[in-house]
Amino acid sequence: MIYQDSKTILEVRGLSATVNGIEILKGLDFTVKSGEVHAIMGPNGSGKSTFAKVLAGHTAYEVTAGSVLFEGKNLFELAPEERARAGVFLAFQYPIEIPGVANSQFLRLSYNTVQAQRGKEELDPLEFDDFVREKMKLLQMSPEFLDRSVNEGFSGGEKKRNEILQMALLDPRLAILDETDSGLDIDALRIVSQGVNQLANKDNAIVLVTHYQRLLNYIVPDFVHVMQAGRIIKTGDKDLALELESRGYDWVGAEHQATMATV
Amino acid sequence: MSEVLQNFVDQPYKHGFVTDIESDVAPKGLDEGTIRMISAKKNEPEWLLEFRLKSYQAWLKMEEPAWANVHYPKIDLQAISYYAAPKQKPKLNSMDEVDPELLRTFEKLGVPLHERMALAGVAVDVVFDSVSVATTYKAKLAEVGIIFCSMSEAVLEHPELVQKYLGTVVPTGDNFYAALNSAVFTDGSFCYIPKGVKCPMELSTYFRINTEETGQFERTLIIAEEGASVSYLEGCTAPAFSSNQLHAAVVELVALDNADIKYSTVQNWYAGDENGVGGVYNFVTKRGMAKGVNSRISWTQVETGSAVTWKYPSVILRGDNSVGEFYSVAVTNHLQQADTGTKMIHLGKNTRSTIVSKGISAGRSNNSYRGLVRIAPTAAGARNYSQCDSMLIGDQSGANTFPYIQVRNNTAQVEHEASTSKIGEDQLFYFAQRGVDAEAAVSMIINGFCKDVFKQLPMEFAVEATQLLGLKLEGSVG
Repeated sequence: MIYQDSKTILEVRGLSATVNGIEILKGLDFTVKSGEVHAIMGPNGSGKSTFAKVLAGHTAYEVTAGSVLFEGKNLFELAPEERARAGVFLAFQYPIEIPGVANSQFLRLSYNTVQAQRGKEELDPLEFDDFVREKMKLLQMSPEFLDRSVNEGFSGGEKKRNEILQMALLDPRLAILDETDSGLDIDALRIVSQGVNQLANKDNAIVLVTHYQRLLNYIVPDFVHVMQAGRIIKTGDKDLALELESRGYDWVGAEHQATMATV
Repeated sequence: MSEVLQNFVDQPYKHGFVTDIESDVAPKGLDEGTIRMISAKKNEPEWLLEFRLKSYQAWLKMEEPAWANVHYPKIDLQAISYYAAPKQKPKLNSMDEVDPELLRTFEKLGVPLHERMALAGVAVDVVFDSVSVATTYKAKLAEVGIIFCSMSEAVLEHPELVQKYLGTVVPTGDNFYAALNSAVFTDGSFCYIPKGVKCPMELSTYFRINTEETGQFERTLIIAEEGASVSYLEGCTAPAFSSNQLHAAVVELVALDNADIKYSTVQNWYAGDENGVGGVYNFVTKRGMAKGVNSRISWTQVETGSAVTWKYPSVILRGDNSVGEFYSVAVTNHLQQADTGTKMIHLGKNTRSTIVSKGISAGRSNNSYRGLVRIAPTAAGARNYSQCDSMLIGDQSGANTFPYIQVRNNTAQVEHEASTSKIGEDQLFYFAQRGVDAEAAVSMIINGFCKDVFKQLPMEFAVEATQLLGLKLEGSVG
């Protein structure tokens, strides 16, 4: 939702980044204010997931130009774990399995680490158990997922729910959901979307990275951006997603070329 | 390997100091004269000298084993000293007479020798180089008939027990290093639990190599009579020398009917530096005989030190319904090499064995599990379950599994599971994205990986083992 008195959460200017020496992001501009929901769409290889990982601080990506301010601070001065503690959250496209580590243990360590950073109360295992079970109801997750190893043997849908559960626990300022809809059936998509909608408020912001308009029926974006060749080439409202659904991406690229030619 | 992971694996060894203490060190080299000298120094009875000489003759005809997946320069067995002992009064009447320098050494290592300061409920025998220097809680244990003392003392005070059992589980000519040990062993722990007695406290031996260019050849013998039970733990450290020290121990366990022996090891010998210079060669033969019906022998080992480890704590399941267990965590880093595992020899009916092995390899190290499960024709209804998991840290370490399974009774059930995993950048990034730094992440992953083994350790030592692994694999990040 767009609010009058919103604050700027994320300000990206001219961001370029490479992986293995290949330039993926090429001068990207992007601004997010509190309360807003943004969708970034675009064809495969346009740099959507790279953008998400660069924001989270994945070491495989090298930032070569540009700046990113997160709540007014230089994001690149923070290590990945510091970004997370400051409130940057990435729901992974492919959540990692961690054999031998109980989900409950992992969730509590993560929760307490972030709480400590914010000067808030940490929870002991019993208190945390009550707390996390309450959050799991939101996503209709069975408590048995607490005892299983992190993501190990989880179905695609279960992994994605576990990601959103972590978002619910950590209460981030900026949540980037990288193709959270992929691999979800209709029921799971609805449950996950409802969960995200309940977590959205006027103080945080959500960036959805997705291929498909389908997700946006459930989580309605305030802005839809089209990404191509490492830049955002068009921005519109939720109707742009519907237009992309029916017409594909090519026309956006052609229009962008034409605009650039006339400048 | 990334910088983050690299930092974990560069961790100084905390026990690398040398104690400046006057020692009585034998000249280097080994011949019959050396053996007679050791035997004479210890005032041993004639039968033991014969045992040693017989072993020496057997050893002369043996070849050093080459089948293990470890590589090291040939050890010149004539270039080491076979006896080193801190000079002290011939006989100590109380703990107060122990050389204060020695007491300080063990305090520094976290092994309190003063009984009043000792860990509640743990009796400790301390072996420094070749000799036992102190045993705590002896009197209290004697009240219930338990004998817990150094091997040297047992030979003199309880010769009939030593003679009855020594070499019955690991024969003198069993293998190259066991034969060498049988010829030259200097000290170790002896423990006898009489019929029906449950040992009221943990028994523990702490081994320390202090002198450069010595070998440590300790000999441990534990006997649990019918219905007896005992939990025993050994810990080991050594100073950091640029030369290699040889440690060739033999441990024998005997469990009679309904007896239960639990033997836990936290091995942290000096492992050499990051270029593989120095470190202990740990060539150890450990074997238990589950001799009686319903007896149980359980090995738990946490192996973090040594330049080269060659060790297979085993159980011979002779009694019907007897149980053998092996729980192992072996961690190698830098250029360490470990070839370790177990042998479960099923002879009796309905015998059961469990093997849980966790290998963690970091740096450029090489970590192998080697295990034998043999079901004899007599072992009707025998069962074995084996689980061998390897974890790699970084991309230059190696992990291998060599399981040998020989089943000669068709009513037996044998299961073997194995897995290999890796602590990767992506796992650490996942933790980081949830606010957790790499040190805490590695610690959680490793402890999760090892938890099936750690839960077998006595409580105090589980904590120690967890911390030891932390020290071994974590460092200052960044």
